[in-house]
Amino acid sequence: MSGIDDSLLNEADETVRVRLIVNGRKVACEVAPRETLVDCLRDSLELTGTHAGCEMGACGACLVQLDGRAVHSCLIFAVQADGATVDTIEGLSERGAIADLQAEFHRRNALQCGFCTPGMLVNAHELLSQVTQPSREEIRDALSGNYCRCTGYEAIVDAIDAVAKARGTSGGVT
Amino acid sequence: MDLGETAVKARAFSYFRAATIDHALDAHARAGDDARFIAGGQSLVPALSLRLQAPRLMIDITHIDELRGVRREGGHLRIGALTRHCEMLSEPLIAEFAPLLHAAAPFVAHPAIRNRGTFGGSVALADPASEFPAMTLALDAEIEIAGPSGRRRVRADDFFIDLFETALQPGELITAIYVPLFRADQRFAFDELARRRGDYALVGCGILATFAGERIHDIRISYLSVGNTPTRVRGAEATLVGSRLDAVRIAAAQAALEGDLAPPESDEVPPAMRLHLARVLLGRLLGRLGEAA
Repeated sequence: MSGIDDSLLNEADETVRVRLIVNGRKVACEVAPRETLVDCLRDSLELTGTHAGCEMGACGACLVQLDGRAVHSCLIFAVQADGATVDTIEGLSERGAIADLQAEFHRRNALQCGFCTPGMLVNAHELLSQVTQPSREEIRDALSGNYCRCTGYEAIVDAIDAVAKARGTSGGVT
Repeated sequence: MDLGETAVKARAFSYFRAATIDHALDAHARAGDDARFIAGGQSLVPALSLRLQAPRLMIDITHIDELRGVRREGGHLRIGALTRHCEMLSEPLIAEFAPLLHAAAPFVAHPAIRNRGTFGGSVALADPASEFPAMTLALDAEIEIAGPSGRRRVRADDFFIDLFETALQPGELITAIYVPLFRADQRFAFDELARRRGDYALVGCGILATFAGERIHDIRISYLSVGNTPTRVRGAEATLVGSRLDAVRIAAAQAALEGDLAPPESDEVPPAMRLHLARVLLGRLLGRLGEAA
């Protein structure tokens, strides 16, 4: 890679090609440099499961996995992710990685309007991949960056707690 | 997509992914310094979306190898500027040789922010409510800076100048932070008070103390969220040097805070309340240090 080409400076907002592996599939998008990853996912790739809420990293509705770690897709420009692997709620859902979490959220009414749910699930998925038996306090701490304005959180914590215990009992990780 | 006038989005900019520090510095100069370096972007991207900043060029420094890695160098731990907040929790060298950073890390924002935000970025922004800038003061860290006129190292004591203002000049970037290795005769403590877990702290404090037997030989106490910059409380430090950590000395250090701190007027947290919370926190942390013998 070389230094900057001066002509680049006069090309603000000209689209650039970004290559990603999204949910296991190679994709290429034309994006303006100022376009965030969440906008690219929703508008260019029509993966609307990732929700754009506050668009400033406070609400957690836009969480996706970037190279295996949960990040806010509103706080990264799509060009920055060029070459990266992105897993959205659609991918995690389709390959069954969070089937038990989804079932438990459903069973315990851990959602009402559902706007926050994709972010909650991505976050819970990461938590349980790092800490197999989190305490309720640890679950609450991990969720501190995810807003839910419907449920009061108790059912969400219950659901994650139940899945952690179930996975521990079955001896495996899904 | 349509980035219409109603959208709260960043103004248009060009994007350049730099492979080396020299390329990054050169790009900044060629843009006439109307540029920003971006790494984790966890504070910069919201600032761009709100159009508090609108540079014509964004220089991505996250692919510069020289800015990565944590390693021992002589009596210091060299922490590359791109070290992510989550690595402060997972990197064994940090836990062993810079345990104060390890202890402060869980208080930094939320897990997903910690997955992306960088140590160098946090120090460069110098948010007075952030944990890591304040901890560089407690640790007597040195900040390594690269710029058009070469490399230099600045002590944390000389780095933070005013609200979001540091020793960094336009076109300069932080390459690494050097932290003196933690020693067996030292103790540390960190805690903060917040209305809810994950919120910005009302007051936070980190302490690094060097002991000679049971007496404090040297102590550095640094606060966050008490003013325009991360703040060392030298008056309180002075009351403790040469002393044992007994109730009388702890009370004296707490009393000294009134001369050290002048919290700003704020509707949410009046100065007297913040000063009170700073005293409470100092008492708790010094108590813990005393018990850690």
